[in-house]
Formats: sequence, C-alpha cells, structure tokens
Amino acid sequence: MATVEDHHVARMAALALGLSVVEAAVPSPLPGVKPGLANIVTLIVLARYGWRTAAWVSLLRVVAGSLLMGSFLAPGFFLSLSGALCSLLALAAVRRLPPRWFGAVTHSVLAAFAHIAGQLLVVYFWLVPHAGVAYLVPIFAAAALVFGTVNGLVAAHFLRAGLDAFSTEARQQGTAA
Amino acid sequence: MFFANIDPGAHIKTGDWLVLLGGALFTVWLALTLWQGGAADKAIIRSGGKIFREVPLSRDQTIAVPGPLGISTVAIHNLQARIASDPSPRQYCVHQGWLKQAGEIAVCLPNQVSIELAGAQKKYDSLNY
Repeated sequence: MATVEDHHVARMAALALGLSVVEAAVPSPLPGVKPGLANIVTLIVLARYGWRTAAWVSLLRVVAGSLLMGSFLAPGFFLSLSGALCSLLALAAVRRLPPRWFGAVTHSVLAAFAHIAGQLLVVYFWLVPHAGVAYLVPIFAAAALVFGTVNGLVAAHFLRAGLDAFSTEARQQGTAA
Repeated sequence: MFFANIDPGAHIKTGDWLVLLGGALFTVWLALTLWQGGAADKAIIRSGGKIFREVPLSRDQTIAVPGPLGISTVAIHNLQARIASDPSPRQYCVHQGWLKQAGEIAVCLPNQVSIELAGAQKKYDSLNY
C-alpha cells in the first residue's frame, strides 16, 4: 500500500519532472549543457528528508522523464541515469560536511561536477571511446559551475524562507499528528 | 523577477565560497590543460570508435564515412574540416560547422562518426614557457 511518504516522493518527483520537461523546451547551444532545474527539487528534498528520499525523487524523475521524452533505454537515458547516480553518490558524501559552513550551494556545485563526470564516463567508455571528447570538458565544467551555483542559490533561498511546498506540507502534517 | 529576491550573501556560507573558488580553479585548469591545441594539419576520422582514416588538411576533398545509420560526409576545405552531411536525426555535428584548431572535434553520436583535428606538435605552454 502507498504510504504518506510514497505520496511525498511521487509529488516531488512530479515537480522535478515538470521542471525537466520545461527545460527540454529551451534550446541549448551544446547538447548536454542544461541548467538542470529539476535538481533544485533534489537539493531541497535532500535537506528536508534525507538522502534516501532524494535518491528516489531523482531516479524516478530520470525514468519518468525519459518515458515522457521518448528516450527510455536510448543513449540519452543512460547519460541522465549515470549523471544522476554520480550526483547522488557525491551528495551522499558531501552532506556529511558540517552544515554550519557548507550549504545547498556546495551540495549543488559538487553534484553538478559529479553529474558531468558521470555523463562523460558513459560517453567515453561507451558512446565515443577516444579522448577527443576532452575538448568539450572545460565547457561542461564551466556550465556545471554556473548552473550548480544558481540552482544551489535557489534551493538555499527556498530552504531558508521555508517557501517550498514541502515545508508547508510538513507543517500541516505536524499539526495533524 | 524571481531571482532578484535571492541575495547571494545570505545563502552562501564560508565553505560554499571555498567550493566555488575550488570549482573555478578546477575549470580554469581543465581549460588550460585540454585546450592547448595549435594549428591543425590533419583530421582523424573515426567510425564506430575505430580510426577510419587520417587525412591531411592540405588537400581539399570530400570523404564518405559509413556508420550504422548510413553515410556521413566529411568535407575538407581551406585547412578546415566539417561534417557536411549525416543521417543523424538532430544534426548536431553538422550544425557545429567548420573545425579549425587542433583538438577540435565534431561527433555524430547516432551514426558513431567523428572527426578530430590534430596538429603536428603541441603548442608551447604559454603560461610556463
């Protein structure tokens, strides 16, 4: 049976999914360079509900997103999946840093770097197995830095202001219980 | 505007600044290490991950490269190279246009064809030399 937590995960994954669909409509100068707005949701979920829930939201978004875009099990799907898995691994490590000094911006930037690293591993070991891709790496790294910072700032803003839907929801549940 | 409400000073902690600085240095280091190609003098054409042909850029020519989806056409002209046509649906590699510098690369993922420009030797490292 679906628990309250399942509903939470589904709702947040749906929000992340909406963001990635919107983002897919925005043209990109280079395939692979995207703001990754859906990760804002992952970051907020990570801070509020912990790593397990964030992993659920992130992976559901990748699978459902690929079904929506029609890229399930195509190379693009494995790129997203490997990026998401590496990000999640990075987040698992990074969230152990003292929260007094390191916030959502750190989480976001390091997860963004892990994301491109994961994607480049798939590109290098599977799709284009030679070193030529290296030429694009600095561009991907710069994009990860910029978008990682912006997403981290947005997540930090929501977390601080308690504006996000999840916290209101959490509050309502708190009063109900 | 939504972003106007976000005050970076309030949301970036001390450690975050260190991470941003580290990320920026890392990105610059990547660019300096990976973008040291000079003038290119040959094109390496790959199909399915294997080198299909290496051609000098000095002679203008058009080369047909077979891939799983069909034929990609590589054009060499005026010491530059490009993918002139490709059966891939999105045509990313065609839109990339002419490649001029050593180290530049155009990749047609769906058809598993790529061209990479290479120089005779590495340019001097202008930072250290």
